Amino acid sequence: MTDTAPRERQLITLDVNGERHELLIEPRRTLVDALRHDLLLTGTHVGCEHGICGACTVLVDGAPARACLMFAAQAEGARIRTVESLAEDGELSDLQRAFTEHHGLQCGFCTPGFLMLAEGFLAERPAATKEEIREVVASNLCRCTGYQTIVEAIDDCAARRRKET
Amino acid sequence: MKPAPFVYHRARDAVGATRLLAELGDESKVIAGGQSLVAMMNFRLARPRHLVDVGGLRELDYLRTGPDGALRVGALTTHHTVETASDERLGSGFAVLRAAMEWVGHLPIRTRGTVGGSIAHADATAEWCLLAVALDAEMVALGPGGERRIPAADFFQGYYTSALDPDELLVEVVFPRPARYAALTEFAERRGDFATVSTVVALDLRDGAVHGGRVALGGVAPLPVRSPEAEAVLARGGPAGPELFTACAGAAAAAAGPPDGVSGDGDYRAALIRELVRRACEEAVSR
Repeated sequence: MTDTAPRERQLITLDVNGERHELLIEPRRTLVDALRHDLLLTGTHVGCEHGICGACTVLVDGAPARACLMFAAQAEGARIRTVESLAEDGELSDLQRAFTEHHGLQCGFCTPGFLMLAEGFLAERPAATKEEIREVVASNLCRCTGYQTIVEAIDDCAARRRKET
Repeated sequence: MKPAPFVYHRARDAVGATRLLAELGDESKVIAGGQSLVAMMNFRLARPRHLVDVGGLRELDYLRTGPDGALRVGALTTHHTVETASDERLGSGFAVLRAAMEWVGHLPIRTRGTVGGSIAHADATAEWCLLAVALDAEMVALGPGGERRIPAADFFQGYYTSALDPDELLVEVVFPRPARYAALTEFAERRGDFATVSTVVALDLRDGAVHGGRVALGGVAPLPVRSPEAEAVLARGGPAGPELFTACAGAAAAAAGPPDGVSGDGDYRAALIRELVRRACEEAVSR
């Protein structure tokens, strides 16, 4: 095996949930590890680390993305939102409440990923049909719920938001 | 797992990226959306010493239509941008590209993954590679000596292998002609997973009759391939209907001789080809 690249650190700036942070990290630090280990935002979970399970889903400039498939350095200049941004003053958001009401979680490991996936998707497609929601939800894994309750939670949240506007 | 250490370089422009690649040598790798590369690095299947990040080059994020009928796609255009592009932005005759995007991974992959990244990665089952082969795309590569254009037929060379030199950057993909009656369809064990078999059919359809067409297959060889036997059936022509489409699909399945693979033996793949080509023909007509 040839020698590895030098383990230099680099200074980057991340905009997470509206706050700017300076981090001195190795370039190989993924966004999800930077969020959890450097910024101590442990709401975002790490599952498979190869883009299959979706537990690490966050919003990058409003669009859902896998935080394990991005290096933190690639996120410089983008607005990152994590699950910690949903609740305001300790009050759960409408989407989070819908997950509770519809039993859209059991163990909760996958929940932050599903919430950010739904948050990004509904912002782009507020009039999404249940079929479209099912299709989008297929991108993340949940071993407890069987998905039906997650689809219902997102659909109900979307319907209530449409009624309000 | 965690990736091996590397040195990160951010390119300021496309020329700068090629200069960096030339300087850093063949232990460097371009990263765009990273949706294949980061997964491979996390598995340590790839361990480049240097990454050249071109993700910030917004000038390579575009869809351009021209009077010549061609569609030019900037290499850093994401799958999701194509998926959500209006008819006007995409130009007439390229709806097949938009419709094909539903097969590319899942939404959070499509928001980051790029057209150029997918084609440069040269996965034999990737939708963009198949579309490029089926629709005669040309890849525009920028290197230290300037630009060169590589036809799809020469671009893909084998498993994850393309005609790009290590110091070249794929900057644009040109789809030269509209493909109004075209469709992509595929079968994967799970929705959003790598395709077991995929196909693109593009028909030359006039007044309800087929006057030729192209059939490309993914997942049956180390690179996406066309099926001359299936295309010969289309070239003989006839009314656009079940008889012609079944013959075309049968020819594709008989000739492909699909290898036994991890997901399905040869007979199974042949059955998939037959069904998928037929479906793609029907979907192409219905556009």
